[in-house]
Amino acid sequence: MNENASFNIHSPIASDGDGFVLHDEDRNHILEERDHYEQPQAACIEALKIVQRRHGWVPDGAIPAIAEVLGVGPASVEGVATFYSLIFRQPVGRHVILICDSSSCFLTGFDELREAITAELGIEFGQTTEDGRFTLLPVCCLGACDRGPAMMIGDDTFGPVPPDSVAELLKEYA
Amino acid sequence: MSTRRNEFRYHSQLRQSAAERHAETHPLTWRLREDGALIGLDEYVDKQGYSAVKKVLGELSGQDVIDTMKEANVRGRGGGGFSAGVKWSLTMQGGDLPRGYLVCNADEMEPGTFKDRLLLEQQPHLLIEGMILAAYANNSFYGYVFLRGEYVEAAQAVSKAIGEARAAGWLGTNIAGSGFDFDIALHTGAGRYICGEETALINSLEGKRANPRNKPPFPGQSGAWGKPTVVNNVETLCNVPAVMQHGAKWYQELSGGLSDDGGTKLYGVSGRVNRTGLWELPIGTSGAELLDRAGGVKDGRGLKTWLPGGGSTGFLLPEHLELALDFDTIGEYGSRLGTGLLAVVTEDQSVVSLVRNLEAFFARESCGWCTPCRDGLPWTLKILQSLERGEGEQGDIELLESLATDLGPGRTFCAHAPGAAMPLESSIRHFRHEFEAGITHRRHAAHEDPIPVGEV
Ligand SMILES: Cc1cc2nc3c(=O)[nH]c(=O)nc-3n(C[C@H](O)[C@H](O)[C@H](O)COP(=O)(O)O)c2cc1C
Ligand code: SF4
Ligand code: FES
Repeated sequence: MNENASFNIHSPIASDGDGFVLHDEDRNHILEERDHYEQPQAACIEALKIVQRRHGWVPDGAIPAIAEVLGVGPASVEGVATFYSLIFRQPVGRHVILICDSSSCFLTGFDELREAITAELGIEFGQTTEDGRFTLLPVCCLGACDRGPAMMIGDDTFGPVPPDSVAELLKEYA
Repeated sequence: MSTRRNEFRYHSQLRQSAAERHAETHPLTWRLREDGALIGLDEYVDKQGYSAVKKVLGELSGQDVIDTMKEANVRGRGGGGFSAGVKWSLTMQGGDLPRGYLVCNADEMEPGTFKDRLLLEQQPHLLIEGMILAAYANNSFYGYVFLRGEYVEAAQAVSKAIGEARAAGWLGTNIAGSGFDFDIALHTGAGRYICGEETALINSLEGKRANPRNKPPFPGQSGAWGKPTVVNNVETLCNVPAVMQHGAKWYQELSGGLSDDGGTKLYGVSGRVNRTGLWELPIGTSGAELLDRAGGVKDGRGLKTWLPGGGSTGFLLPEHLELALDFDTIGEYGSRLGTGLLAVVTEDQSVVSLVRNLEAFFARESCGWCTPCRDGLPWTLKILQSLERGEGEQGDIELLESLATDLGPGRTFCAHAPGAAMPLESSIRHFRHEFEAGITHRRHAAHEDPIPVGEV
């Protein structure tokens, strides 16, 4: 590709309004992922996750940027971005807490765990602490039902988490 | 430092000692270590790993593998119980047809299900070996492990194992000198239970919204990118190497006289029991034996009811504990074996609250394509919430029953709605009095019996 072509890839993004620029590393990573599939659209979910890993969430400007790299329509990227629960279209805290609200955890103390976390952080499901440290979300069965109530903080899975230890556990996530 | 982090970190737990697990009797778990550490390539190969691939590739035909799998009657461990061999015999292949895809369903999100996680985290090479054999049988040229995004540790284990297998020549071109080519990529998901439904999974793999597809065509005819595609659960695929190594007859005999189905099952127990966890036992083992291994219900409480295999299965009673936990038997009692992981409900826990929790899950996770599912589930949830608060109205129970019928089999594009109907219908059938207690004029009864879950 000549320089003009690569410039063109950036231009619609810059004009998007929120000034989103796809990091070069991420672009390359997305292109690599694309090669795992018969068609580029398939790399779309991974691309959204790549952007999210860097920014914490998927800003609006990332949608056309990803579409451009994959050579697909922005609408098909947006449609996917809004469907999946682990793709965040709003800013989230530095650590996302996912509490399992499915049946086995419900039977082993989900309500108490949720209440303890809510009380500790002063936020409900779907909210972020004012200091931007934590976002709290419910999640489907985490496949940790033998040790419920289960939860994740970032990439770490825990269970069972006694409600009275929640404060100390959260302290370990700055 | 991070003491709390380590103290509460989740680890998958098999509750059988190494002394109990043997190659001849525990095909899924005999290699697993007491410490639960990941089995790498060297250890796997030392423990007879990839010997089934060596035995089959270049020696037997793909059709031979299908025939053996059919005879062994390995029934789908993702919950449906469909014979893998029969499924594979329907995969379009041969002639001018393009070679297709083999997809491992590792989306494990069924409430109460935690079995695939163990196999993925601790023994990914067994899955890879099973996938190679399945690909050989189905003439697939490429495979995907479709793994739920939250399984971070499993993602590391699987991608490491894929790399090791490729470097050792078990994946790639001309596998083990057989002339057969096959490779695997890891695909991690981004949430949503519906991705586990096999046609929704294919849409998700293609980078689309995870709506199920209309069938026919079945994936075996036209799946990922229009090519023949086979989707099997992790545990199903993990059974293939031993079946090919020891034969269909051996596999059949593993279940002894307990079941017409063959092999073992990775069973589990969750809820308020003394020893929750996983056990590999002959398929057809009774719920009573499993509950016994789990040390019985905690704190001497009584058992009220149980789910045999996930949130989308029907409630069973204590008297059903004697039944063989296999697909046909459980199917005769208004339930399904599902994933075979028992969730135990104690006598002091409220069935209405639990069903409310389950239907909230199904309502939230509906993909919204069919009317009974999209509209019926939120309505169901609303009624259950009012019954739970003791504010139900006359006719609510009958309404729930008719909603359960509308959600039932044959009325929707996928089995999500019928899965939601099963715990609803069965709970009313067995525990109608608890629902009645939630109707306003009987408010007092609702307060006496039973206390809500979570207040214990
Ligand atoms: C809503 C829904 C969710 C499902 N989730 C899973 C799942 O997470 N894992 C799985 O193996 N099968 C799941 N299934 C079953 C699959 O559709 C499919 O039957 C299975 O992957 C086939 O593999 P098997 O025959 O080896 O069991 C689900 C089905 C439905 C209707
Ligand atoms: S039954 Fe529910 S989840 Fe399945 S296709 Fe219809 S709306 Fe979607
Ligand atoms: S129900 Fe919570 S981890 Fe399975």
